[in-house]
Parts: sequence; structure tokens; C-alpha cells
Amino acid sequence: MRGDETADRTRRFQDQVLIHLDAAYGLARYMTRDPAAAEDIVQDAFLRAHRAFDGFRGGDARAWLLTIVRNNVRSWAAARRDRAEQALESLPGQGAEIADDAAPTPEAWLAAQEDAADLRALIEGLPPAFRETLLLREMEEMSYRDIAAVTGAPVGTVMSRLARARDLLAAAWRRREAGETR
Amino acid sequence: MTACPDKAELLHGLLDNELDAAHARELEVHIATCPVCAEALVELRALRALLADPALRPKAPAALRARILADIGAVDPLHHVSKSQGRPRSRQLRRWGGAGVGVAIAASLLLLMVAPFGGDAALERELVAGHVRSLQAQHLLDVPTSDHHTVKPWFAGKLDYSPPVPELAAAGFPLQGGRLDYLAGRPVAALVYRHGAHVLNLYVWPDDGPRQPAFEARDGYNLMRWRDGGMAYWAVSDVGVEEMHAFATALAGAVAAQNPGKP
Repeated sequence: MRGDETADRTRRFQDQVLIHLDAAYGLARYMTRDPAAAEDIVQDAFLRAHRAFDGFRGGDARAWLLTIVRNNVRSWAAARRDRAEQALESLPGQGAEIADDAAPTPEAWLAAQEDAADLRALIEGLPPAFRETLLLREMEEMSYRDIAAVTGAPVGTVMSRLARARDLLAAAWRRREAGETR
Repeated sequence: MTACPDKAELLHGLLDNELDAAHARELEVHIATCPVCAEALVELRALRALLADPALRPKAPAALRARILADIGAVDPLHHVSKSQGRPRSRQLRRWGGAGVGVAIAASLLLLMVAPFGGDAALERELVAGHVRSLQAQHLLDVPTSDHHTVKPWFAGKLDYSPPVPELAAAGFPLQGGRLDYLAGRPVAALVYRHGAHVLNLYVWPDDGPRQPAFEARDGYNLMRWRDGGMAYWAVSDVGVEEMHAFATALAGAVAAQNPGKP
């Protein structure tokens, strides 16, 4: 019966994909730094996943979903950058918060983070490519291979980004601790 | 503080368990003689411990979950959100359009399957308290092993019943071990499963209960209760309701596989 099939498909989607809702939201939230945008991105990602679910043949549903979330984040960031560039034509390079190419230098980033209130803000301040790699590893405990699949980067790049992300974060955290005890 | 340049990235590989055995051994030999790299690894472990804080993992808002469930034609077991509530649907959803009759049927089926359980507030409090205690004290596990063939016999001399101890790693819930707890005036089996960074305590004892899983939220934890083969099951965790349901489904499948022939 058609109704049974639909119910079964819905059940399977919930068991295999929707269980990763917090993972999807966490990634979108940290990458956009904007709760409302994160919600829209995640809702849209689940719609896309649901539409494509019949074509999903097993495998790692979380990696599959997070890839969709990541692509949505990038589209969102690109649209935002376009708007920002139109608004700030006389100030090239400003307003591009998410673009990989426009990431600040680590030194500039560290300087800007000296007064960061907490670890979460420090993570949110990491350059995007480092941030997403760190999140997939530390929050989602994904293997380098899975992170490579989600981010489209080679495994070697995953390891070096992870190393850089942790070094930046540890350095920023040390600075914060030193500032607090002064 | 700064590791040897040729070792710096490898330390991350070691921390993440991504090195092959030969490289891992080689690096460990180096670390044993290089205080700088040893210190760097200690720092990496400290950072990982910092990042393990659950407060760093934002939970999806309940309203978002409800909207997605509405999008896919399911019903949120905890938050029955009427259409007038929540944010407007996205453009994609409008194109997605009506899944129609099937949605209504799916919704009614889910309503039948998931009903809130009435009642035993004192027991629920005990269960949540037991779960929280297991997380705080070093009393999470009496038998810390992922081998269910070890956990099951361990209970044999301590309980007057034999709880099923299925391994559910394939469903994303690796068994961590077991523990003896005292609940509802009797010693009961507590099985500990992990799901990502979350811990799930499963309490099992001979009792009655609803045949279909029933949910309750208490103090920020989700409780799920059901009955199977003369045993009452109570799962307590901070994982979401969907994960709980996936857990119950996997568990029921594994228990049925362990007891072929029994209804």
C-alpha cells in the first residue's frame, strides 16, 4: 500500500538521517555564526536530503548530510559576499567573512581574538577551512577520510588544516588564560 | 612547546589514531626521548579535553526539528507544532509541495506509535538521577568492556534475572559495559552505550510497560520506556528523540535475533 511505503520511507529517513540533526545544526551554526541562517540552512539541507533519499544507498548518512549542509553554507556565504561587495565596492576585501581565499592571516586572527570571551568564540573565529575541519574532527569524531569526503580536500590537507586549527586555537586559548590570571 | 618540525603534523595523526602501526610506533619511540614533542602531545590532549565540553555542541532548537518533521511529513513526538507556529517555510519547501495523503497517514501512524507515558514521576526522577550520577562519579561502569559475552555473565551472580546484552555498534551505539544500580527498590542491570559524545544508560528489569516506546523529557534528558519479552526497558540520555527511537529499534532487532522463536 502506498501509505505504508510513505510511512516506511519517512521512518527510515528519521532513523538514518534526522538523527544527525544536532550535528548538522552545530556545523551550520559554527560556520555561519548566525543562528537564524543556520536554521534556514539546516532546514533546506534536510529538504534536499529527503528529496534525494531514494537515491541514497546506505553508506555514511551523516557524512552525506553534512556535505549538503556544507554546500549550503558555502552558497550562503557566497551570496552574502556578493551583497557585501555590492555594498562596499569602495572597500574591496571587507565584509567577506567566510570566503576561504579572503581568510585573515593567522597572526591577524590571533591579535583580533585576544579579548575573545570564550572557547566557542575562539572556534568561531578560526578561518573557515580550519574551522570546518576541526569541527568535523572534534565535534563529530570523523575520520580523516570522511572529513576529506565532506570537504572535498585530500587527506593530507585535512591533517595539515587540523594541525593548523589546533595550533591557532591552543595559542589563542593560552593567551586568554594568561590575560585572565594577570 | 613547538614540536620538531618533521613531527608536528604526525603528532596530530597520532592523537587522532590515524597513523599506521609502523609510523605510530616510530613516533612513540621519538616522543619517549624528545621532551619537546612529548609536551606538544600533552598540550594537544589538553586541547581535546577542552573541546569535549558538551556546552560547545549546540543543540538544534526544538522548533527547527518540528519544522523539518513537518517538511518530511512526520510528526514530532515531543513538540506538536501547529502550522501557524514557527518560521515560514523555505522557498524549496514551497516547490516541494504537498506529499498529500501519505503524509497524513504517516502522521497518524506515528501518533499511534509514540505516546507520552503517564505516571511514575518518582521512578523517572530516580532514573535520571542514576544517569546523572553515572556521568559524574567514576561509577559509569562496573564491567568496562565492549564485549557483550563478558557483560552478560557478569550479571549472572548479581541479579535474579538475565538481561539481554546486545552489541549495537552497527547502529551507532557501541556497548561500553555494564553496571549494577539500585532502582525501584531492587538491584537492576544498567547497560551503558555511547553515541558520539553522548552516553546512554539502558536499565533493564522484569516488569510491565508499554509495547511501543513512550517518551518523556525530564531535566533536559530524554527518557524512553518500553516492554519486550517480559522485560521493562528504560533508556536515559541527552541524545535526541530520533536517536532514542533508532536505539530502541536496533535493540529490539538485536534482542529478537538473540531469541529466535520467541514472539
